[in-house]
Amino acid sequence: MSAVAEPPVEHKIRVVVAKPGLDGHDRGAKIIARALRDSGMEVIYTGLHQTPEQIAETVIQEDADAIGVSILSGAHMTLVPKIVELLEAQGVDDVLITVGGTIPTKDIEALKEMGVSGVFTPGSPTDDIVEFIRNGVTKDRKLD
Amino acid sequence: MEPTKTPPATESSESGATAKAAESAGKDFRTMSGKPVKASYGPEDVKGDAAVKIGEPGQYPFTRGPYESMYRGRNWTMRQFAGFGTVEETNERFQYLLEHGQTGLSTAFDMPTLMGYDSDHARSLGEVGREGVAVDTLDDMEVLFQGIPLDEVSTSMTINAPAAILLAFYVLVGERQGVSPEKLAGTIQTDILKEYIAQKEWCFPVEPAMRLVTDMVEYCTEEMPRWHPISISGYHIREAGSTAAQELAFTLKNGFTYVERAIERGIDVDDFAPRLSFFFNAHIDFFEEIAKYRAARRIWARELKETYGAKKPESMRLRFHTQTAGVSLTAQQPLNNIVRTAIEALAGVLGGTQSLHTNSFDEALALPTEEAVRVALRTQQIISHETGVTSTADPLGGSYFVEALTDELEAEAYDYFRRIDELGGMVEAVRQNFPQREIGEAAFTFQRELDDGERTIVGVNRYQHEEEEVPLLHIDPALEQRQVERLQKTKTERDSAEVEAALAELKRVAEGDGNLMYPITTAARARVTEGEMVEAMQEVFGTYTETPVF
Repeated sequence: MSAVAEPPVEHKIRVVVAKPGLDGHDRGAKIIARALRDSGMEVIYTGLHQTPEQIAETVIQEDADAIGVSILSGAHMTLVPKIVELLEAQGVDDVLITVGGTIPTKDIEALKEMGVSGVFTPGSPTDDIVEFIRNGVTKDRKLD
Repeated sequence: MEPTKTPPATESSESGATAKAAESAGKDFRTMSGKPVKASYGPEDVKGDAAVKIGEPGQYPFTRGPYESMYRGRNWTMRQFAGFGTVEETNERFQYLLEHGQTGLSTAFDMPTLMGYDSDHARSLGEVGREGVAVDTLDDMEVLFQGIPLDEVSTSMTINAPAAILLAFYVLVGERQGVSPEKLAGTIQTDILKEYIAQKEWCFPVEPAMRLVTDMVEYCTEEMPRWHPISISGYHIREAGSTAAQELAFTLKNGFTYVERAIERGIDVDDFAPRLSFFFNAHIDFFEEIAKYRAARRIWARELKETYGAKKPESMRLRFHTQTAGVSLTAQQPLNNIVRTAIEALAGVLGGTQSLHTNSFDEALALPTEEAVRVALRTQQIISHETGVTSTADPLGGSYFVEALTDELEAEAYDYFRRIDELGGMVEAVRQNFPQREIGEAAFTFQRELDDGERTIVGVNRYQHEEEEVPLLHIDPALEQRQVERLQKTKTERDSAEVEAALAELKRVAEGDGNLMYPITTAARARVTEGEMVEAMQEVFGTYTETPVF
């Protein structure tokens, strides 16, 4: 919201959209990637079958503001903590982490405790996700 | 709907969408594929020589069904897709489904198995047994089918990139049960083109993968006359977001590509075409889905006869398995999914399917529980035994609307065929990301329409309410360790000299042009793992890396 209101410091939000693990269901990831891009963000899509190490590396190299991890295989409780740990180990603590996919309710709380800011299950409107990232980044990130 | 650069204010996005949906309700009449729908249809909408293009059930061009008597003669096979955890657990689920009246098995393998990784591979961590069953070696396969007579039950296996390896495992399990390959009945998916297009589980680059497919067609033609070596699958193309027309077009074009490769190999089209089968999605747009199946049969019949020179009617007769649309299921108000699935299943039946899987209502949340699977199976049984729709063949044949839609979908498929040919054929089109891009575009358009309230999904963007929890299947995280231990046990018990020799022979054949099914079978017998075989072939063939488009 404030990004629209304050023209002088135009910070283009950089988001890494990542598909960890082995599942090939990239429909949601690609829709989100495109919706984020269309809303004016810079999107780096990792492509499929990424390891947590590859994803953390991309986030750091791209100096991303946010990361959207898409998992439909049920492996989220193994893969997401690894990504979070790897980022923490590298001293990255200001990246907004979001997760999307088939995530049972009981796992959502656990993911949030780990440091995931938002979890979006099937049926979430894309505009909500775009807004969540925009607001979360504006609030959390030390913009300069 | 053109996506806007700045999203609309979202403080009240949900109620905004609802208001807009209400406002546009009753205005936009289109099929899910975007085809305009008229207020009513009449004789003027059925163009051309109806007697020729619609014909009779069981006769060329098979628009009205592959068989004359259809379900009077033989009901469709109720084939619920199952697989999770270890081979023991899946075997139990198989037995459960057979006891409840299921008539064929359908095996779901886990992601590592689909991608050619053993359960102890670093990439498999957290994925073992999650979305299907883990199979690493012949020993696993044997337990998977323990107590199931392979000469009586037909089995479908959803496996593609490493299909040749799993087929070899299956043949050897049959051998151990005393059932010879020519008696084995079933289907192995083997549709690698749709993997690059949609499902994205691959092991090798496109060309060697196509060689493996052709090797399997050749092997099955010679050794397994009751087996379907390829199930040409539109299901995943649709799940990835395609329209009905795209599903039809890309699936059939993939099918023609396999036919061309086998003919180039020197196999007579009438020797293998009757064993090709299809796998389509049944989505929620009822009439469009029915029209899609009817168009598919007509196009396949015409092309097999006129372009590929088939002489036998069986070669022209398209038979297909159907699965209701997983992507149409909602995590919100999951019981509504029972209704969706029933309608989709009915479309499959009215479209003349030979085999059907009905999704379970809890699948947007997790793998299905036994109760959810049972309701899904009962849905098929109710359609079959209570509704009377099975009493006559193609009951919607001659419906002005259905015939007009069939023609329209057929025309759009041919339009895609031309565009793909201009790109140099399907293999080249896949390399250039053409189908991937078309599907991505359709998926995005669909989502925008949903977000904008132009489309309604009950419980998602209209008629929402607070959820009650439904019980979900829990996969024991310890199963991964158990599977890894089983794999290690096999590895320590086998003859390592035999393993080395089998792998060396596999590589030698891969470097040449012999049929890979034979060295794969030898290796499987020596209890070489799936992952070891894939790695050996990757040393010769290389791997595949996608250039993603969105």
